[in-house]
Amino acid sequence: MAKIRVVHYINQFFAGIGGEDKADITPQSRNGAAGPGLAFAKEFGDAAEIVGTVICGDSYYAENIKTAQTEILKLIAAFEPDAVITGPAFNAGRYGTAAGGVAEAVTKTLGIPAISGMYHENPGADLFKKSVFIAPVSDSARGIKTAVPAMTKLLLRVIETKGNPGSPEDAGYIPRGVRVNIFNEKTGAERAVEMLVKKLNGEEYETEYPMPEFDRVKPGDAVTDMKNATIALVTSGGIVPKGNPDHIEASSAMKYGKYEMESVHSADSANFATAHGGYDPTYANADPNRVLPVDTMRTMEKEGVFKKLYKYFYTTVGNGTSIANAKKFGLEIGAELKKDGVDAVILTST
Amino acid sequence: MVKAIESYGIPVVHICTIVPISMTVGANRIVPSVAIPYPLGDAAKTPEEEKGIRRSILEKAIKALQTPVMEQTVF
Repeated sequence: MAKIRVVHYINQFFAGIGGEDKADITPQSRNGAAGPGLAFAKEFGDAAEIVGTVICGDSYYAENIKTAQTEILKLIAAFEPDAVITGPAFNAGRYGTAAGGVAEAVTKTLGIPAISGMYHENPGADLFKKSVFIAPVSDSARGIKTAVPAMTKLLLRVIETKGNPGSPEDAGYIPRGVRVNIFNEKTGAERAVEMLVKKLNGEEYETEYPMPEFDRVKPGDAVTDMKNATIALVTSGGIVPKGNPDHIEASSAMKYGKYEMESVHSADSANFATAHGGYDPTYANADPNRVLPVDTMRTMEKEGVFKKLYKYFYTTVGNGTSIANAKKFGLEIGAELKKDGVDAVILTST
Repeated sequence: MVKAIESYGIPVVHICTIVPISMTVGANRIVPSVAIPYPLGDAAKTPEEEKGIRRSILEKAIKALQTPVMEQTVF
């Protein structure tokens, strides 16, 4: 049997082109495997081969989603593949968004199977798990050794079963929230009573229909008297006083910073810089107001658009930061803002 | 962070470049920005033009904070 022709989609970093300074490169392709594709090629053995690699910068993709997708699909189609594999994107948010988006577009437009691999907290997983088979992988590139066999197994299974690989547990993908009919010896009534008895006895039981998690909060009430409002600035863009006095981590942040701002009229480059390791820092360091807009907020304060800019700003690095930590930071920050009577928050992200 | 802060009832407007991520995270008031490395500016423009861009994004954010919303809204 002829080998399955696979095209691999990766970002500029895994292609070895460069880091954040090259994140704006436009889509391009190469013959054969590159970067993690070499490990996939080995894992495929005689079953499949990587005929081409398509590469796109993460920022270019995120900032031009539609154009980038069209260009990427064209490059992929040129290899006449039987299937496409994207990533693994681990816990990289932009890469996950691209890997999921490309896989979805390939399935829909080219009509061939496409799978991806991501850490379950990657926003790309949440965005695309309904439409794309995504193998759960670890949160960093250190997990490549386990990601490659897991994604290979999933890809081959999806191909063999013509897109019906079976349950998430068996086939190894992030649950899509799709219900499938199965036959069971016992009727629903019997199973429900059994479950209830177990619950009453305090025993372990497994629901057959887990409720979807709607982790949403009610929108805060609109500010009715802006002229008398105090507004706080918060950022996940990593702007800190120069020298990063609290050593906020460049990725997977474990803490946030709170800095006095009463005497600050502008987040100028002499006194501020970014600690964020997930985007090209050139532009933020040249003028940190591009991320933490203190200068314009001061002008608006002076003009009376609102009454006061809150005396502190809060900052952290939103780069592979765990949801648990982000939530913890937010709860601590929110409690302080509430206590100090802050009326509204502007939160900037890169 | 947006959600955790808003859980105290304080309205939060999220200024961000990748709107789909903000939607999936669950921000209620979203204002799109310019680019990842300079959300509230544009390195290709003059400093004056940049300030104009920054001002218009922040004005949109202020307006978003004064707008009652029932669901996730992109301004």
